[in-house]
Amino acid sequence: MIEWRWHLVWELAPRFVDAAGKTLLAAGGGYSIAVVLGLVLVLAQRTRFHPLTFAVREFVELIRSTPLLLQVFFVFYVGPQFGLVLSPWTAGLIAIGLHYGAYLSEVYRGGIESVPAGQWEAAKALNLSVVRTYRRIVIPQALPPAISGMGNYLVGIFKDTPMLSVIGVTELMHTATAVGAESYRYLEPYTMVGAIFLAISLPAAYLISRFEKWVRRTLGMVK
Amino acid sequence: MTYIEFLQVHGSRMADGTVLTVVQFLLATVVAVVVAVLFGLMRLSRNPGVRGVATVYIEIFRGTSLLVQLFWIFFVLPLFGLNLDKFVAGFLAVGLNMGAYGAELVRGAIRAVPRGQWEAALALNMTDRKRMWRVILPQALVIMLPPWGNLVIEILKGTALVALISVADLMFEVRQINIATFLSVQAFGTALIVYYVLARFFVTPVMRALERFMSRKIGRA
Repeated sequence: MIEWRWHLVWELAPRFVDAAGKTLLAAGGGYSIAVVLGLVLVLAQRTRFHPLTFAVREFVELIRSTPLLLQVFFVFYVGPQFGLVLSPWTAGLIAIGLHYGAYLSEVYRGGIESVPAGQWEAAKALNLSVVRTYRRIVIPQALPPAISGMGNYLVGIFKDTPMLSVIGVTELMHTATAVGAESYRYLEPYTMVGAIFLAISLPAAYLISRFEKWVRRTLGMVK
Repeated sequence: MTYIEFLQVHGSRMADGTVLTVVQFLLATVVAVVVAVLFGLMRLSRNPGVRGVATVYIEIFRGTSLLVQLFWIFFVLPLFGLNLDKFVAGFLAVGLNMGAYGAELVRGAIRAVPRGQWEAALALNMTDRKRMWRVILPQALVIMLPPWGNLVIEILKGTALVALISVADLMFEVRQINIATFLSVQAFGTALIVYYVLARFFVTPVMRALERFMSRKIGRA
């Protein structure tokens, strides 16, 4: 039986706090890309140009049904083959942003489809432009039902950032593995990583559900 | 080197890897289903202790990353004297993780079975066990199969992580090929296509067929 060494925990704490910051940065950066990209992907699927609609639809399916880990490797290693060298951070953010962008586009699609047809017809009858219809009529109504899905994927992207460690992004998992290699101690580093993830994702999930309820209340959409 | 030549040279390795990916996926799915049913039912128990255990399990496995859990099972458990082969550690970690998500689907589906069904089973003087197995679970299964379709795809994707503990699955093989040849587009691109084909043309149709079969079976075709 192996004993738990508290002194190692205190020794490692500063490094892990730093790494946790980077994990949050990766999650935040990836999510920002995903939020915008998801919107582009969903709008591209709603054009009347069928080849584009079809291509984007298949692209989203491809991204959603293949492992993120593989996509991370793909983005990181494919660039250099064509002379474009990406840093681990850039490649990691692109891969994770792309992956979650595909997921978010489905969330947005659900939101947009939940807007009653009459709203579109009314916007058309009032001669609103497409941009105005989306900005003022559709998106404000499509957003509340999408919040729960968006929140889930925010927590999801946070929990998937350890996959960036494989290309050398120095987030939590990478740090824990490095500590293990230096000190031959695996118990404390990996347990600490797990504890940090729990300590962030549980309150985050709780806050998101509170936020969702608050939005529903403020918009007068109480269930 | 053309792509055809690439496939001729490395195709058999990738095929071996694909077989291992499929095996890992099937075993992980079995683990996930068992865990999901077990903890999903425990979450609905009247005993607060049993409920508490299930809640803690689900929150821990859903609140941390699959990769963290995989490394914990593979690197930390041996320190406590529990040595798992990497192959077993791989599908076990994926199954335990996805089972926690599945447990919530099981719980939600059982709660979604109309109250009248419970009352009717009670009125017919069925035992608790019989009511669960013959009345509630079959209907819950029909309700939860569509979301399980998504979860099963997640299990397939999750198995790619076992490559990081050196299980020679498809992900592992293409990484080796990439290191040896630097033909990243060919290696990783092929793997992307294989995973896509597995998900889109094997897993999804099977799940759809299962959905249709089950809803016919309880007379909701």
